[in-house]
Amino acid sequence: MAKGRVSIAVERCKACGFCVEFCPTKVLALSSAFNSKGYHPPHVVHPEKCSGCDLCGMYCPDFAIYGSRVREATAGDK
Amino acid sequence: MSNELESGLVNQVEPFLRSDRMPHIWCPGCGIGTTVNCFARALIESKIDLESLALVSGIGCTGRVAGYVKLDSFHTTHGRAIPFATGLKLANPKLNVVVYSGDGDLSAIGGNHLIHAARRNIDLKVICVNNLIYAMTGGQTAPTTPDQAITSTNPYGVFEPSFNLPHLVEAAGAVYVARWTTFHVRQLARSISEAFQKKGFSFIEVISPCPTLYQRRNKLGDGLDTMKYYKEKSKVRPGAPTNEVGLSMTGEIVVGKFVDRDRPDYQSMMRAQFVETLGERYVEAEEAICS
Amino acid sequence: MKADPQGLLTGVHFMDGDHACCEGALAAGARFAAGYPITPSTEIVERFAARVPTVGGCFIQMEDELAASIALQGAVWGGAKAFTVTSGPGFSLMMEHIGYAAMTETPCVFVDVQRGGPSTGLPTLPAQADMMQARWGSHGDYEIIALCPNSPQECFDLTIKAFNLSEEFRVPVMFMMDEVVGHMTEKVVIPPPDQIEIVPRKRTHKAADEYLPFATNADLVPEMAHAGEGYNFHVTGLTHDERGYPNMTPATQNKLVRRLQNKIRDAAGRIAMFEEEQLDDAEIAIISYGITSRVAQRAIELARKRGLRAGKLRLITAWPFPEKKVRELAGRVKAFVVPELNLGQMVREVERAAGTRARTYAVPHAGGGVHNPEDILKAIVEASE
Repeated sequence: MAKGRVSIAVERCKACGFCVEFCPTKVLALSSAFNSKGYHPPHVVHPEKCSGCDLCGMYCPDFAIYGSRVREATAGDK
Repeated sequence: MSNELESGLVNQVEPFLRSDRMPHIWCPGCGIGTTVNCFARALIESKIDLESLALVSGIGCTGRVAGYVKLDSFHTTHGRAIPFATGLKLANPKLNVVVYSGDGDLSAIGGNHLIHAARRNIDLKVICVNNLIYAMTGGQTAPTTPDQAITSTNPYGVFEPSFNLPHLVEAAGAVYVARWTTFHVRQLARSISEAFQKKGFSFIEVISPCPTLYQRRNKLGDGLDTMKYYKEKSKVRPGAPTNEVGLSMTGEIVVGKFVDRDRPDYQSMMRAQFVETLGERYVEAEEAICS
Repeated sequence: MKADPQGLLTGVHFMDGDHACCEGALAAGARFAAGYPITPSTEIVERFAARVPTVGGCFIQMEDELAASIALQGAVWGGAKAFTVTSGPGFSLMMEHIGYAAMTETPCVFVDVQRGGPSTGLPTLPAQADMMQARWGSHGDYEIIALCPNSPQECFDLTIKAFNLSEEFRVPVMFMMDEVVGHMTEKVVIPPPDQIEIVPRKRTHKAADEYLPFATNADLVPEMAHAGEGYNFHVTGLTHDERGYPNMTPATQNKLVRRLQNKIRDAAGRIAMFEEEQLDDAEIAIISYGITSRVAQRAIELARKRGLRAGKLRLITAWPFPEKKVRELAGRVKAFVVPELNLGQMVREVERAAGTRARTYAVPHAGGGVHNPEDILKAIVEASE
C-alpha cells in the first residue's frame, strides 16, 4: 500500500524533467501525452513506490506537481 | 487542472501563490520557481506571521517573484529593492522584510546598495537567485558571469573576473551568508528559515539554471542537465572561507552556510545611540505610521 | 484633521527657508526622510536629523540619491509620510524614482532647492532652471504637482500644502525652492496645531477580499493600504490593472496612464494657487515665481511710479500650470513679462497659454544671482510700447 500519492497539474507543466529525475523512488516518467502548450507532463508509473515525500513538489519550478502522505485507513473510517 | 486531492489537500506552495496568475512566465527548466517552493516551505517551517511579511524585488526574471506571491509585495526599480526595503523596514520595524532579486539587479546596478545595507546590518533577508546572467533582457554579461562564458554582450567570451558574492557581502558586513543551488532544496529552505531567526543582514545566494540563455549559449545543456551538474559538482563546505568559494563555468560549486555571526542590527544601534545621547528626550516611535 | 502637536514648534521664529521647510514637513506629519548631502539643500535634512529623534520617526542618510529617492517610498508604503531633499544633480538622479512614485501613486514630497546648472554648475548660487525638469524629467507620460515658495514663511506653509496635495492626489509633489529662498533668514510664524490643516492618507477600509489597490473611483484616486495590514497587495512599476497585477497591453496602458493624467488635470483648477495684485487695470502682467517674484515686485512698483499699468501674477503652483488663469488674463492684458532665473522655461507655458491674444516677453537670467529690478522694468517698458 503506497504511503504517498502524487497530484499533477498538467496544464502548468513545462516538462523540465526535475520531478522525474529527483524522485527518490522513481515513481514518475514523462508521458507521451501533450498538454495544451505541447509539453509532455509526467505521469505516475510506479504508484506503489510513492512515499509522499513531496520532493517532486519542492523541485517543480512550475508548481505543477506535489506529493502528499496518504492517511492510513483504519477500522471505523467511512 | 486541480491542485487538490479528493481529500482536499493542496500543494504546500499554493497558498503562497497568486494562483490567478499561473502559469508563470519563467522558462522550462528555470530554477526560480524551485526557489519559491523552498521559500514557501521556510515560511511554513518558521511559522512566520504572513501578515507582517513584505517581499521586495527588483527588475529581472527573479524580480517577477514579487508578482507571483500572495503577500504584500513590491516590484520596484532595477537595483533598488534594497533601499526600498530599508525604508519599509525603518517605517514599520514590525515588518519582516524579504528582498528577492537576481544577481544582476543586486550586484551590478544594485551593488552600492547591497554593500551599504550589509555594512549597516539592516535587518533584511536577501535571497539572491544567481543565474550568472542578465536573463530577462536576453542574456547579457553580469558581474557574476564566469570567465570565458559566451553572452550576448561578450560574444567572444567573458574576459573579466566575476564577483564572488558571498565574499563581497561578508566583507561588507553581512551576518548570515549562505549559498545553495536549486538542487539543494531542503538545505535552501532551511537556510531561509535560519535567516528568519536572525536579526541583521542575511544573504542567501541560490545558483540557478538559465537554460534559455546562459546554459544554451554555452552548450551546457538544459535545466535538468544543469541540476545534474549541481548535484555532481557541488561541495557542501559549511563555514568555508568565502574567498575560496568563487565560481567557474564548469568547476566545483562550494555550497553551505559560510557566515553566521552576531552583531547589532541598524535599528538596535540607532536606538542605543539615541538612548545614550538623548536620554529622556528620545521619543521612540514604534512605527512612523501616519494616520 | 489638525497637525500633531508633537512635531510642531509653535511660535515666532527667525529662520531660513531650508530650516522652515524642515519644520513644515514635521508640521505636516512627515516622520521619515531619506537624504543625501547636496548644497544648498542639506540643511533641511540636517535639521530633520536633529529634530526627529525627539519627535518620533526616522532619518537615514542613504548612500546616494537613487537610494534616498526610493527609500522614502518604501517608508510611505510602510505607513509614513516621507520626503527627500536635493538640488540639481541629485534631482537628475532621482528622476527614475519620481516616475516610479507617479506610476505607483505613492504620496511623497521631493524638495529641490535649485542652484546654477547644468551639471555641477554653481552649488552655492541660485537658479530656477529645473522647472521643466520637475514636470518632464522622468520618462513616459505622467503628471506631478510643483509648488514654488518665495519666502521662508512660505517654505513652512507650502511644505504642509505639498504634503497635503501629495496625499489628496496620491502623487509625488515637487517643492521647487531656490538657493536664495533656502538661505534667506526671515520671520517665520508657526501656528498652534489647531490652526494647521492636514490631509490624512486616503486609506482603505475595505475587506481584504474586496480591496482593489488601483481601482478607479470618482476622484480617480485609489484607496491605499500599507504593508502589514493583511491586504496582500502587489505594487509594480509595470503597467498594471486595478488589481495591481502587471498587464502589459495597449488597452491597460491607455486606461492607466490616462487616469494618472486626468487625476491631476481634471483637478487643475482646484490645485492651482497664485497670487494676483493690481491686475484689474493692468496692461502688462508680470508672471514670476520664487525669489524672482520678490525682485519683480520692486520692478512693478517702479513701473507704476512711471505710470505704467503693471500687475503681478505670482505662480505658487507652477505645475499643473495655471493655463486657465493665464488664458483669461491674455484676453485682458497687452503683454506678459516673465522674468525667471533661467534662459526661458515657464515662459514657454505662458506663451502657449496666451497664444496670439497677448505678447510674451521673457526676461531670462543664466543664474548665479537674482535679476536687477531695472532689467525687469526695461522689459515692462518695452512691453508697453
